[in-house]
Amino acid sequence: MRGIVRRFGANLVTLLGVTLLVMTDGSTLAAQEPGVRIGLTYTPGTQPGIYLLPVRGAEGDSVRRIIARDLEFGHRLTVIAPDSGAVVPTGRINHPLYARLGAAGVLQVVLQADGSALVTLHDVVAAQAQETRRFALPGPRLSPAWRLAVHGIADVIEEWVTGTRGVAATRVLFVRGGALWQIDSDGANEQPVPGVGAALGPAWHPDGRSIAFARMRDDGTSVVVHELASGVERRVRTGAPLSLSPAFSPDGKWFAFAAGESGTDLYVVPVGAWEESPLRVTVGRGSTNAQPTFAPDGRRIAFTTSRLGRNEIYLTDADGANPELLTSTALTDAPYRADPAWSPDGRFVAFSTQIDGRFQIATISLRDRAVRQYTTEGINEDPSWAPDGRHLVFTSSRTGTRQLWVLDTESGRVRQLTRGAPARMGAWSPRLLSVP
Amino acid sequence: MTISRTIPLTFAIAGVLTACSRVTPTTEPAPSTPAPVAAPAATPAAAPAPAPAPSSAPAAGAPAAGTASTAVGDRLAGATGSVGGRDLSTSDPRAVLTEMIFFDYDQSELRSEARATLDAKLAFLQSNPSIRIRVAGHTDERGSDEYNIALGMRRAAAAKRYLVDLGIAESRIAVVSFGEERALNTESTEAAWAQNRRDEFEIVAGGAGTGTK
Repeated sequence: MRGIVRRFGANLVTLLGVTLLVMTDGSTLAAQEPGVRIGLTYTPGTQPGIYLLPVRGAEGDSVRRIIARDLEFGHRLTVIAPDSGAVVPTGRINHPLYARLGAAGVLQVVLQADGSALVTLHDVVAAQAQETRRFALPGPRLSPAWRLAVHGIADVIEEWVTGTRGVAATRVLFVRGGALWQIDSDGANEQPVPGVGAALGPAWHPDGRSIAFARMRDDGTSVVVHELASGVERRVRTGAPLSLSPAFSPDGKWFAFAAGESGTDLYVVPVGAWEESPLRVTVGRGSTNAQPTFAPDGRRIAFTTSRLGRNEIYLTDADGANPELLTSTALTDAPYRADPAWSPDGRFVAFSTQIDGRFQIATISLRDRAVRQYTTEGINEDPSWAPDGRHLVFTSSRTGTRQLWVLDTESGRVRQLTRGAPARMGAWSPRLLSVP
Repeated sequence: MTISRTIPLTFAIAGVLTACSRVTPTTEPAPSTPAPVAAPAATPAAAPAPAPAPSSAPAAGAPAAGTASTAVGDRLAGATGSVGGRDLSTSDPRAVLTEMIFFDYDQSELRSEARATLDAKLAFLQSNPSIRIRVAGHTDERGSDEYNIALGMRRAAAAKRYLVDLGIAESRIAVVSFGEERALNTESTEAAWAQNRRDEFEIVAGGAGTGTK
């Protein structure tokens, strides 16, 4: 709601003078604008300011720093978290003070003796607590599980303000030196995925508990489904010397992949029915058909095909009916498009497209086929959507080696996710915490 | 040039020397790869021209390769006649069987010189019925990593299909793809890409056991 953010300037004097008026004003505003909740509200395109109060106690600074960074990476809120001069309020929150600093909300995190965190979001305009919740912080402080829980706090804060859960409590799988690695969404805990070893083209099951990937050996490449907790692996039966590019449907019930020899076709099999014969989806007649990605409803699949003699993205019904070209020939000089990724909101397919001899990240709208190019620097490939349908992780060579980067498709801003040895084939996880 | 450690052990030296110094691919017909390879490429652009005899490779190349080839040569039957201007009676069977073939950018069709190379292999496969080979398709680094695995498989399958169509039992030829994962040359140049777009051939059985890993 643009109104609230704007009103800080206009009503500042009022805010400082008479709190009661502000509260009345806030209520009035809520009544007037449809869809507006009482208290802190949010309009897409605006970035309400959130003041992060210092957090007392062991690793309090870490908690505050992690949350601040998560909210910044979310690109939906403006974080106000001064390193110095911040005062931990001892009594009531002085709302007008924070309003003067441009904050629409004040975030208060109190670490409890039992290791949990009591989190309160104060609505500056309404001068009252908007939301309060207690979060468990499991495991030793600063451990991966503990950090994931803190990310979960940031995600809920984002939901309190914007109505949309954040994506900080996620991880990205990627390939480094032929082995499978993972990294937290904020760049922490970069490490090999235990018990996996060699892997290419990873994909997540939507429950976040299983993954799939292709494993290349000297005698062939096959698709493997791997349970993260137990390490149990299943090689998917295909009868073909090559299978690759696995993908799960968003409802978690179907599994798609490409398999073949002189040309590959897409197949689907119900998740868990690994002994059943997969159903063939494409009829490629010796062409390459690979990299399936499901629409959110699971009924359509986008994929890469060379059936036209060049690489393009096609769409097909999940049962193989109605194949059609998605990426039009009018896109660029050199026709080569690959790496499709269907956005979780269903509106776009992100992909790599060759422009002036280099691959760049673009999206195509499923409504009007409008194409938007997001990158220009270096070679950029292999996009994978965050569960918010707004951020993408992709591989870029812009620093001289291939690394993973994160793109905010609304602002166009990017940040580097991995550093060190080359990284590629990023796959963004679903939300890994089921916080109520 | 970085040499892949995945080349079959016995052929590592002979194979790479062969690749680098003699049968480096010739000028690419593909519009995107106009630069000729700088190495003294001697593979004929068209089949009829006399090709350098592969048998000269071990002698002129590396002593180690010659030793390995001799050992195998004792067990492998030779072939007679000529293929593509190549006198098979003087050819080293192992060198012929493991000679790489090369492809155009994003293509899996066999070039004419690739067919000539396969014709030479055919003669030795026919005279050594116990030999089984594995064809490994590779791509250059450009394009989608995953798509390239499928493209490499199409390249391996193209060589297999050619030999099977000429009478070699399908069961004697295994195919595998390494996509862009195992480059011969890790530079990002047209010449390196041309070297990397290849099929490698490995003797997995019937070659006195020296070709297996």
